[in-house]
Amino acid sequence: MVADKPYEDIPGTWIFDAQRARAGYHLNQFLYTLMTDANRKAFLADERSYLANFKLTDAQREAVLGRDWNRLLELGAVVYALAKLAFTDGRSYQYMASQMTGMTEKEYVDMMLSGGRSPEGWRSKSEREKH
Amino acid sequence: MARIVAGVGTSHTPAIGAALDNGKAGQPYWQPLFAGYEPAKRWMAETRPDVVIMVYNDHVNAFDFKVIPTFALGCAEQFPIADEGWGPRPVPVVKGYPELAAHLVQSLVLDEFDMTIVNEMQVDHGLTVPLTLLFGSPQEWPCRVIPLAVNVVQYPAPTGRRCYRLGQAIRKAVESWEEDLKVVVFGTGGMSHQIQGPRAGLTNPAFDKAFLDDLSRDPERLTRIPPLEYLREAGAEAIELVMWLLMRGTLGPKVEEVYRFYHIPASSTAVGNIILECR
Repeated sequence: MVADKPYEDIPGTWIFDAQRARAGYHLNQFLYTLMTDANRKAFLADERSYLANFKLTDAQREAVLGRDWNRLLELGAVVYALAKLAFTDGRSYQYMASQMTGMTEKEYVDMMLSGGRSPEGWRSKSEREKH
Repeated sequence: MARIVAGVGTSHTPAIGAALDNGKAGQPYWQPLFAGYEPAKRWMAETRPDVVIMVYNDHVNAFDFKVIPTFALGCAEQFPIADEGWGPRPVPVVKGYPELAAHLVQSLVLDEFDMTIVNEMQVDHGLTVPLTLLFGSPQEWPCRVIPLAVNVVQYPAPTGRRCYRLGQAIRKAVESWEEDLKVVVFGTGGMSHQIQGPRAGLTNPAFDKAFLDDLSRDPERLTRIPPLEYLREAGAEAIELVMWLLMRGTLGPKVEEVYRFYHIPASSTAVGNIILECR
């Protein structure tokens, strides 16, 4: 555990803190442009060309093209900006969340309908390993 | 004199707005949720506030990452509805109250709360879903709305204690406004939920119940919950609950809980709704 970042000990979670925000600045600014229909269409028409307008790292660019949602979180995307990429694809928050958990959307919906994921076993990385 | 008469705590899950806008409210998935909000809607129709102060967070819609205000007060005459990625919600434009908002800013800054003043701003589901849940789908919103956007997107959000104290300062500011106005304050977001990473879908009904209980019984206890506890116990996005503490701070020391509703799920969220009247 990093002394001044105790939240890094929460498993399966990337807290969007100041350092991650710094690393993800251009990535999030790209995602922010997906708020108009014209931009969404332009992006979908030629993703690589569209992305060339932004100062992304190679890893960030590949993760966008591959819709590698968890990798994008790790590389500094904030989930609310990331949702705009899911919406651009005609998907929902729920779909994106299910992809992050490795479940199908139906499995994820069923889990939520049965009350959601219990925090038991998910509070810390050490607790997760025991589970 | 303007008076804050009550507070409303409610989730603002975007899927709730989408369900209503797309005519899905009667489906088995959604029906229990909307039924649970009916008493709160009736309460609101009877209460008829002149002004709502809406404590909510923007979800990278009004604010990109060029500027990230911790507390931003909407001082515009009106607030257009944002296109969050699937087109703007088909709801009326939100009418502000610039004169009162300007008064609040002045009072709050002199009271040592350094507000960001926002004169042009689009509003997203964080603000419009609570309006829909409590006011239904009118042609025009029946009251003026002053948005108070709190940063809960980039860690750290302001602490629960800081939010609570800002709420207390807002009460003082409202009461120094001469016009006779009935004001209701909303605290939105939450309750337990996480929408990111492999841990997405986390809920914690025990945490949520204790939170709802202590809004009237022991709000000071809630102000001592550290940020890490929200994240760990109730999910990464449950930090939004600090905005309920801001609302609670505006209500004065004594409140009476007149309504409560709790439901899982709306998309990835444990949904809560509470109405607290000032006593």
